[in-house]
This record gives sequence, C-alpha cells and structure tokens, in this order.
Amino acid sequence: MKRRLEVDIIACDGRGLCAELLPELIRLDDWGYPMIDKQPFDRGLLPLVKRAVAACPVLALRIVEVP
Amino acid sequence: MTTTARLLPADGRPRSLNEHRSDFAPPPRPARRAKLQLIEAIDAAGLTGRGGASFPTARKLASVARGSGVPVVVVNACESEPASAKDKTLLRFVPHLVLDGAVAGAAAVGADRVVVVVERGAGASTASMRRAIAERAVERDVPMEVVEVPPRFVSGEESAVVHHLNGGDSRPTTTPPRPFEYGVDGRPTLISNVETFAHIAQITRFGPSWFRDVGTPNEPGTMLVTVSGAVASPGVYELAMGAQLPEVVHAAGGATHDVQALLVGGYYGTWVAEADALAARLCNESLQTIGARVGCGAVIVFPHGECGLRTTARILEWLAGETAQQCGPCMHGLPALARGADALASGSRDSTPHRLLLRWSAQIEGRGGCRMPDGAVRLMRSALGVFADDVEVHSSGRSCSAPSAYTGLALPPHRPNRDWR
Repeated sequence: MKRRLEVDIIACDGRGLCAELLPELIRLDDWGYPMIDKQPFDRGLLPLVKRAVAACPVLALRIVEVP
Repeated sequence: MTTTARLLPADGRPRSLNEHRSDFAPPPRPARRAKLQLIEAIDAAGLTGRGGASFPTARKLASVARGSGVPVVVVNACESEPASAKDKTLLRFVPHLVLDGAVAGAAAVGADRVVVVVERGAGASTASMRRAIAERAVERDVPMEVVEVPPRFVSGEESAVVHHLNGGDSRPTTTPPRPFEYGVDGRPTLISNVETFAHIAQITRFGPSWFRDVGTPNEPGTMLVTVSGAVASPGVYELAMGAQLPEVVHAAGGATHDVQALLVGGYYGTWVAEADALAARLCNESLQTIGARVGCGAVIVFPHGECGLRTTARILEWLAGETAQQCGPCMHGLPALARGADALASGSRDSTPHRLLLRWSAQIEGRGGCRMPDGAVRLMRSALGVFADDVEVHSSGRSCSAPSAYTGLALPPHRPNRDWR
C-alpha cells in the first residue's frame, strides 16, 4: 500500500519542526510553512514520517493511504 | 442574437409571487418517484454551477441524494466578489424563480429545509428575498429561511457557509468532508449558487432540450454576466454560453475607450489581452486555451492608458486584506504578492520584484485550505503575461504614464468587521 504525507494547512502554525525532522519530504516556504512532496513516499521512510507526524505540536500532519 | 433573456424580466421590474406565476406556471411538482427523473433532466441539460467552479450540477445533486440522512438545500447568495452583481440582481427581480429552483432541488434530493445565505448589509436584494419567502407561505413548500453572513470575500466559500450555519466562523474549513457528504447539521448539503437554482427552475419547466437550444454542446444554456469598467452601460446581462467576448462588451453598450484588456472572472479572475479577447468566447472550453475561466461571469473592461500592474497591485492588496488569516501561505503570501506587485509597478531598477513574484506564486499555488490563494496567483501571473510590456518599462526604472490604479474598479473599502460571525 502506498502512502503520502499531508498537512492540514488551516491547523498548521508554521513551527517548522517537521522540516527539521523530515527534510526528505518537507521544505519550508518563505514564511516558514511546510511544502510537502505530494508523491507517495518510500516505504523505508515510514518510521521517520511517523516521527514527524507525532512531533507536530498542533497535530497538523497526517499520513494518507493512496489508492 | 446571443442576448437571450431566460432569467431576468425584460422590462426590468421586480416580480411578486402573483406576477411571477403569470410569467411562469408553477413548475410541475415532482412525485417522490420522480426524484431521479429530475436529476436526469438536469444531467441531460448539462447544467454547470454558475458560482465560479462550473461543476456539473447533476453530479452534485446525485451525490447529495445518495448521502446518508435528510439533506439540506443552501442557496448561496453571498456574492462576495465585488465585481459581480448578478446574484443580488436575481434576488431583487426574480426571487421566486430562485425559490422555484430551490424547491425543485429540494425535491430532487429529498431535502426538508431551504436556507438562502446572503451577505449582511446587502440591502434591497435581501429584503426582496425575505418578502418572497413570506409570500410563499401559501404554497406550502419546504420551510425556507434567510441567513446573513459577514460581508467578507471568503465567507461565501461553501465550507465557510456550512461552518457558519453550524454555529462556527464564516471561514473555510478543512475538507474533506465536503458539504455534499457532511454539511449543515452533519447532513448531506446541496449548496449551489443563486443563478444555478434559477436555471434548475427553468429546466424543470421547459426541459433539457429547451435549455440546450442556446449555448455550446459542452456548456449549454445562458449565463448572467456582470460587465463593468470602460463600457457605456455597466450592468448584468444574460448571454448564451459561448458568445464571443466582444459581444459581452457590446451587450453593455460597447466600450467607451480603446480596450487594453479584459479581466474575466472578477477580482478572482484572469487578465485577457485585447487581442486574445477578440477571438475568445464566453465558455471554459475557449477561455481555458488562454489560461482563463468564465468563473462567476464578472467581466471588467480595462481601457488603454491605465496601468495594469498598478491595478493588479491594488486588487491584490484588497484580496490580501480579505484572507481568513488561517493558512500561512495565504495570510503571508497574499500580502507578499501585493507588496511585490506594488514594488514592480513603482519602478524597481532590477528584476528582483519580478523574480520574487514568480517564486511566491509557485510557493502559494495549491496550498490554501480553500482556493482563494490560487485565485490571487492566477491574477498575478496573468498580469505578468498580459502586461509584459509594462513589466519591462517598470523594471527599467522608468514609470509609466498612469499615476495610480484604474479608478473604474469597484473595490469596496476594507470591511471594518473583523468578526467572523
């Protein structure tokens, strides 16, 4: 099963932790908000992705399954 | 002849219920089993939403009808786009046509409630709709009411409307769920633009093939356009989908100056150079080839001698003041675009503003909770294309002959109301 990472941009506060933890998938825009790779991520990244999701202070990140 | 009046009365007089019923017989009351037939008729007519997104109406009806729970119908009459006046015009002149469509929509999806959502302070159009609902008590339709939302640009976005009706802020919410699956009171919600409901009413009366008599095969029917700017008679006109864009200008009495460009789709729209406009038609099939969309049908005729960059900067500044302050890329990005466009228009001696505008546009696009930031990016990019010569003049440190933004824009002052209820 393929998965990708998504941000709830309304919930996101732009703290930027995610980009520090997961530069493989996340860059920050010029105002500090995450720009996330829209493609499904490699299975091997899953532990790192989960760590970033858990670390978000406002719980704005989620992993979605891609059909 | 493509000016074709199917919705608005030719004599320009508002219609009471009795007058409306002498214009148009009551639409057939669909039996319960006829639900599907109604949706099929809308599908056969090929009606698309007239609020801006051009979504196929039958697909929306079918999704709502399939949902779990008793649906709600919401007539979206917010019309927060300042360049558009068609929805207020419909409310003011033919409120019963709109309500006929809402009743038909409610029957099609099995809804037990109709809510007409308007901007607070809209005045005559709201009073007309309230009067119409009171008059209809005799017809024993589904219960209907008017609800007022704050007069803010994003408050008419469908998730913002639903959130307001559920007791929250009039600001867009995270989707999914979309209103058709989980809307007002958690029920499937048919939310569509005022004009869409008016067309639904006429399709139930006259049938899908009548509807298709005008328009294009892919985008049938007529559309209300609001024409403003450098025209002799600014106002709301009904044209066939697919009409030549110059006919839109002609319908409003023709241009009063040499035309430099058209802003199609309102302040949330796209600049179209005059040369492209001559060959373009009022339908997405044609407009998409030049990067534009019909949107809500607002067309601003922009004359020669005005500065498209300064004008775009002014519109962006207005849009930036209207963000919901929820999404970072929008609440920071739109003011950045506005400042960048202003710097470009003020004559920077290098290409920095231009480069930054392109960079920010790429960063902002597709990253809002709603589509507002995408609209601002589209406006910005189309300005850089259509007014490329001006970009060059301004980037060489010279200033153009126009000292300020085009004054023919109807940009309301920033709304003092910061309260989202």
